[in-house]
Amino acid sequence: MPEVRYAAAINRALADAMTADDSVVVFGEDLAVPGGPFAVTRGLLAKFGAERVRDTPISEAAIVGAAVGAALSGLRPVVEIMFMDFLTFAMDALVNQAAKAHFMFGGQCSVPMVVRTPHGGGLNAGPQHSQCLEAWFAHVPGLKVVVPSNPADAYGLLRAAIDDPNPVVFVEHKALYASKGELPEPPGHVAIGVARIARPGRDVTIVTYGACVALALQAGQTLAAEGIEAEVIDLRSVQPWDRAAVLDSVRRTTRLVVAHEAVTAFGIGAEIAAHVSEHAFRTLAAPVLRVGAEFMPVPFARSLERKYLPDGADIAAAVRRSMHGG
Amino acid sequence: MQPDAPELLTLYARMALIRRAEERLAKLFADGEVPGFVHLSTGQEAVAVGVCAALVEADTIASTHRGHGHALAKGVALDGFFAEIMGRASGLCAGRGGSMHVAEMRVGMLGANGIVGGGLPIAVGSALAHQVKHRPNVAVVFFGDGAMAEGALHECLNLSALWKLPLVFVCENNGWSEFSPLARQFGASLAALGAAFGIPHEKLDGMDVEPVAAAARRLVAAVRSGQGPHILECGTQRWRGHYEGDPQKYRDADELAQARSHDPLVVAAARLTAQGIPADRLRAIEEEIASRIDAAVAAARASAEPEFASASAGVYASAGAAHA
Repeated sequence: MPEVRYAAAINRALADAMTADDSVVVFGEDLAVPGGPFAVTRGLLAKFGAERVRDTPISEAAIVGAAVGAALSGLRPVVEIMFMDFLTFAMDALVNQAAKAHFMFGGQCSVPMVVRTPHGGGLNAGPQHSQCLEAWFAHVPGLKVVVPSNPADAYGLLRAAIDDPNPVVFVEHKALYASKGELPEPPGHVAIGVARIARPGRDVTIVTYGACVALALQAGQTLAAEGIEAEVIDLRSVQPWDRAAVLDSVRRTTRLVVAHEAVTAFGIGAEIAAHVSEHAFRTLAAPVLRVGAEFMPVPFARSLERKYLPDGADIAAAVRRSMHGG
Repeated sequence: MQPDAPELLTLYARMALIRRAEERLAKLFADGEVPGFVHLSTGQEAVAVGVCAALVEADTIASTHRGHGHALAKGVALDGFFAEIMGRASGLCAGRGGSMHVAEMRVGMLGANGIVGGGLPIAVGSALAHQVKHRPNVAVVFFGDGAMAEGALHECLNLSALWKLPLVFVCENNGWSEFSPLARQFGASLAALGAAFGIPHEKLDGMDVEPVAAAARRLVAAVRSGQGPHILECGTQRWRGHYEGDPQKYRDADELAQARSHDPLVVAAARLTAQGIPADRLRAIEEEIASRIDAAVAAARASAEPEFASASAGVYASAGAAHA
């Protein structure tokens, strides 16, 4: 299978979706002529023209709000918000309008739109360009939240997100754009809400998503050398998330560690821990443990950010605590 | 162009439908048959009716929390309208939205909106869809003077001008941003804002439906022909409170009496009479409206209350779902 970069897989998914359906349009800041700050949309303007591939002014509320109206009027917009942190400006459009239109109008309409946006640290981009805010959106009924960890999933989940009749927040990771992985030819769709076992194992389950999948796999290797076989589950989407896959794995391993880059408090890990304790408490041999960032803004300096970001060693340490009963 | 008498009669009938429907809603609200918040547009009927007279069904509108008039002027089903606001299963939105969320996609009514300024970007997107799909249609966004202070308006003026979108901004300037007068809310003018973005702006008396309809036809024709967005600012009067039950203590009694002395129905009726339309013709219109409203309210009362299970199953659309 050919190897491609994560950014190229997203570009390919956009191009294939635009070829398949002329209702798909793409707009956002600096994505057409400049080709996007991370070059994800490079070449789309030349291929599909200025009507369907548009640069917008720096107007996040209007970008996402216009996507809602466009989706209500027959388009399938895929809009880009340059950094996830900037979605604060678009909260009304996403939370009050997009998320609710299908429900609040009694099912008369659907809102087939995708908001692509990168989250995450690792670039020393500081407190307003590094946050992982996916839990905010996972908390809003009506939204779907997808967080691909590798190029094949980025392609397949984006195709599924564009086809989905619901608004989807498609969360990319800045540090993954240059990463490489296999992309089958022809590449396929990946269903939203179906997790993937990234590494099978019998002793402990590590549930994670996005860029943390690679960290969990590193931890898995380290732990294997110590005789601990960790199963790594890549959720792929956090709303909906694959409860059945997680419960099935936990029932086999009896131990669970949830890892994400976002701050731990009130996060995705908290939801998963609560759900597992509600539904599989008696199968647990140890408390569910969470690995995530400390409750603080993402700091800038290299020394600070390095310490702030969860890494493979943090995940391995949590697994060891779990193995010893927490 | 001065609409001839039969057309004015149609406009009058639409305004009367809105007036009587909202009067009935006020009564139903007072009697406890309408739950929640209700914002009546009484006094503002000429704007909704005049503007929508320039539209065809496939044109789209985005509305406000004071949106009953826009919905009825755009042609939503009266039975579904009452049933929705009364919280019934047969409502346009299955009883999930209520007064602030009346919508009917079939007739291009993209929804009232509980968020001030919330409809603006939605209309921008709808206009974008018309443009990309090369449809001969326009989008219209109604907003109040209170929304002029929202950042969304400024973003939407800019974006629609840059993209030359087929969009009409219709400001219903009733002088009140909820409980505060415009002078304490907005430091510029909509005319100046339009000029800043190169968007033509026209201001007129929104209490007289004929000039509103004439101006709307002219602007909509220009927008339809690809001339980019236009602004129509209609001076109008809010007769009732921000919401039903609002005692309006913040309004001067004289100012309120003055507001209520302007009545678009009276203006239109006087002109119809002067044009020789007999009084019993207007009475017949009123009688027909009353019986339609009676029937709609009766149907709503007879409709079941919405099932919780159906609502909770309706959060997400399934694949292949209706795509308006």
